[in-house]
Amino acid sequence: MMRQVQLAVIGGGPAGLAAAIAARESGVEDILIIERDKELGGILNQCIHAGFGLHTFGEELTGPEYARRFIDRVEELHIPCQTDTMVLDLSPDRVLTVTSRARGLEQIQAGAVILAMGCRERPRGALNIPGTRPAGIWSAGTAQRLVNMEGLMPGKEVVILGSGDIGLIMARRMTLEGAHVRAVAEVLPYSGGLKRNIVQCLEDFDIPLLLSHTVVDIHGRERLEGVTLAQVDDQRRPIPGTEQYIPCDTLLLSVGLLPENELSAAAGVTLSGVTGGAVVDETLSTDHEGIFACGNVLHVHDLVDFVSQEAALAGRSAARYLQQGRHTGSAIRLEGKNGVRYTVPALLTGQSEEPVTVRFRVAQPYRSAAICVYADGTLLRRIPKRILAPGEMEQVTLRPQELPEGTQTVTFCIEEGTK
Amino acid sequence: MYDAIIIGGGVVGCAIARELSRYQLSVCLLERSEDVCTGTSKANSAIVHAGFDAHPGSQKARFNVEGSEMMEDLCRQLEVPYRRCGSLVVCFDPADHEQLQQLLERGLENGVQGLELLHGAVLHAMEPALAPEAAGALYAPTGAIVCPFTLTYALMENAKANGAEFRFDTEVRSLRRKDGGFQVETSAGILESRTVINAAGVWADVFHNQLSDYPIHITPRRGEYCLLDRKDGTLVSHTIFQLPGPMGKGVLVTPTVHGNLLIGPTAQDQPERDSAPTTAAGLAYAVDTARRSVPDLPMRDVITSFAGLRAHIDSGAEDFIVDETAPGFFEAAGIESPGLTSAPAIGRYLAAAVARHLQASEKESFQPCRSGIPVLHQLPLEQRQALMAADPAYGQIICRCEQISEGEILEAIRRGARSLDGVKRRVRAGMGRCQGGFCAPRVMEILARELGQEQTQLTKGGGQGRLLTGKTKEVQA
Amino acid sequence: MSQRTLTCIGCPMGCSLTVELSEGAVVSVTGNTCAMGDRYARKECTAPERTVTGTVAVRGGTAPVVSVRTAAPVPKDRVLEVAAALSAAAVQAPVAAGSVVLPDVAGTGVAVVATRSVCARN
Repeated sequence: MMRQVQLAVIGGGPAGLAAAIAARESGVEDILIIERDKELGGILNQCIHAGFGLHTFGEELTGPEYARRFIDRVEELHIPCQTDTMVLDLSPDRVLTVTSRARGLEQIQAGAVILAMGCRERPRGALNIPGTRPAGIWSAGTAQRLVNMEGLMPGKEVVILGSGDIGLIMARRMTLEGAHVRAVAEVLPYSGGLKRNIVQCLEDFDIPLLLSHTVVDIHGRERLEGVTLAQVDDQRRPIPGTEQYIPCDTLLLSVGLLPENELSAAAGVTLSGVTGGAVVDETLSTDHEGIFACGNVLHVHDLVDFVSQEAALAGRSAARYLQQGRHTGSAIRLEGKNGVRYTVPALLTGQSEEPVTVRFRVAQPYRSAAICVYADGTLLRRIPKRILAPGEMEQVTLRPQELPEGTQTVTFCIEEGTK
Repeated sequence: MYDAIIIGGGVVGCAIARELSRYQLSVCLLERSEDVCTGTSKANSAIVHAGFDAHPGSQKARFNVEGSEMMEDLCRQLEVPYRRCGSLVVCFDPADHEQLQQLLERGLENGVQGLELLHGAVLHAMEPALAPEAAGALYAPTGAIVCPFTLTYALMENAKANGAEFRFDTEVRSLRRKDGGFQVETSAGILESRTVINAAGVWADVFHNQLSDYPIHITPRRGEYCLLDRKDGTLVSHTIFQLPGPMGKGVLVTPTVHGNLLIGPTAQDQPERDSAPTTAAGLAYAVDTARRSVPDLPMRDVITSFAGLRAHIDSGAEDFIVDETAPGFFEAAGIESPGLTSAPAIGRYLAAAVARHLQASEKESFQPCRSGIPVLHQLPLEQRQALMAADPAYGQIICRCEQISEGEILEAIRRGARSLDGVKRRVRAGMGRCQGGFCAPRVMEILARELGQEQTQLTKGGGQGRLLTGKTKEVQA
Repeated sequence: MSQRTLTCIGCPMGCSLTVELSEGAVVSVTGNTCAMGDRYARKECTAPERTVTGTVAVRGGTAPVVSVRTAAPVPKDRVLEVAAALSAAAVQAPVAAGSVVLPDVAGTGVAVVATRSVCARN
């Protein structure tokens, strides 16, 4: 007889923890959190810097401290967890095939599933950076784990490609552990990282930030010996004659995160071509009955506080599904246009009167622009913004009551200039 | 004094070692790297060519056709992933049909079975991803794909099981005749042998020129490739070539035995023998050319790019040198494409020649089979459960993307993996879409534990390629 | 009179702030869009501080290092000294989250506390 659980939460990082807590608080008794690493907490365990939880707790915590608050709550609520356990497959009818050293291979039939697997880093190959393939090239997150959790030093003379927050944070971490960070190169004309990180991770240590630059060649046979950087034009093409050789033994890549949706795809969940995550409605339900998604597996976040909020909604929704069954009915489509790359959720099904938080990212930086919301062409909301940046997730709270009767599509877009 | 020393642990050297281990001979293979399969054998198209390209009567034609015929049985005996997917040589201009016809005739003369010319609707029905411009194709049903890493390791393991010795980190410096045999000076001391077999890949000319009365020169010919995610492996179902040119068989698009999609290679001569960098121009050329065959290549799904070197002899003869080129000195030199396909046949031929030279007879105890490392995710649930019951390490997944367990990694280390690359090539941990981002630290931990080393001593692929420069804290723990 | 330019870290705007200083005291702040910029510039030009996070070696633990933070911000110009002190320190397992690892790091008067726990190796 196959093992049964009411709710399986795949992933014990910030999303999975918050989802499980909310589901239990909404009355789901039989929950199982499945975590592939040896402990709960996910990526927060290696994010030892401060800056988490300002929205949730009103104080700045480090990653492990933020995770601990949720892990403590999971323990208080006696929610069962299986660590060191990998979900190999998820079937469309919610049968999980899982494996672990402790229990071997088993199959679990879940009443509902919350996808909370997080994301992975884009590797060098995804950029097709030419050159040799020596030791000393790491994705920034892997280096972060080595340095912060394993106490191992990837290198001493470092170049970092990518100025998202992980790249910036690692520039400081490597410096504080005694390495020399020679430069952070960013292919875009602006950094995707927080201003605070640019100041406190780079400027504090006089680390140059080379905007509109990328790595065009990698040198060294067995161990990295250097990289060639070049300036790029507005099409991100290297400009001949701008090449400069920088000797280094380490190249850290912080060039993007990809939601890890192999299990979602295996279950047949429809994925967005923009985010790489599931297409969900306002309850964070995927188009597959009883399967919900939240956190970085749904779309890559920059603030863990929003991950926790989103995940709690997924937990409550899964509880309601288990208690009341599936909602059927027509849906209003949400779409992003003119600078709004996508929206989460992408559908409104009218299942509740509660305000809906719509999250999205913009395609480019804007100054003095406005987020505009239209219902079938009628302007509903115009929210002026002094600044909008692709690195910062935006959110708009929509009240279902404000949508005119019969609305089919709600469009989110950016309009430039002040009116 | 050995009976036979083989220089070079690529697929050819290992095939020779395995075939020589059939005989009552003491055999030793010398490899300059820390492992076999670190040169040309690690970075190629992974194709078993049908054999219609090479000129009739050439060694390439002979060993290609023989090797292709041997490969399926060999892969069965050694448990090496092999799939006969068939190949298509596509032309885009009806005027080129004549060239296809010539290839067909050459193939028939070489003894290739089952060749067929396809046109129009038949071709497009067979391979729907082909460009609409594809006007015709030569179909070779015997074309196949194979895992070159597993083949090389399997040949080594089987040779070892049958008594052959392998020495690593042993670079041959010079060969001298002595007392009717050879004195082999290496970085790890002097060895003696009655015969020497040169399978040194891009370095084969160096040893050839020390003993032969006619000099040769090898120019490494670099081939650059892009590997795409496993979700794209079914985009095409055959290996798709374009019409061959003067530098080789051109850019192909093929599924791999592991379900990825591979495109490449380019063909660029370079002087450097120790390093095969990819280039922006080369990768762009590979992609552009591959798109002629298959326009809808999802290049956003590239997970890695790499380059390999082919050992091309400059003489203009465009052929292998597979022979006893001086008394007691045997060679497999200039083994460029179709070298992987030819390896089993070259091994058989040279081993027989060495045995004749030494008047050796076959052993009765030769064991032709090798069992592979279990590939957990390909096994039915019950078999996986049985493995886990015997060893719980098979329950612990280390590489998420390829779903490789700790049990498989431990087995790779038991069979000789000493570096991250050694593990990766044996069991694919780190070969998937995250390219080791998640599993590298875990594999390093296991390697250090099993080898009794500090993690700071570990390398990516041997030599000086240390993965780490130290610990963050030098405080005594 | 001297002048300093800063990038405000208060929000993604990243206003470029110009600070007029006289004998180390802030005379004026311009370039800011809101009050946050003014506050930040005054603090940053007179007594800049940073919270330092890092790791400390653990003896006999299930992990080789434990993550730590300074219990309060330290003067910005002491950050590298604090980091060096963390590299030279070691703590015996078990380590409890929140426990004091160093009572006074690098003479700053600020304690360093563990941000997670590490169990003892059995």
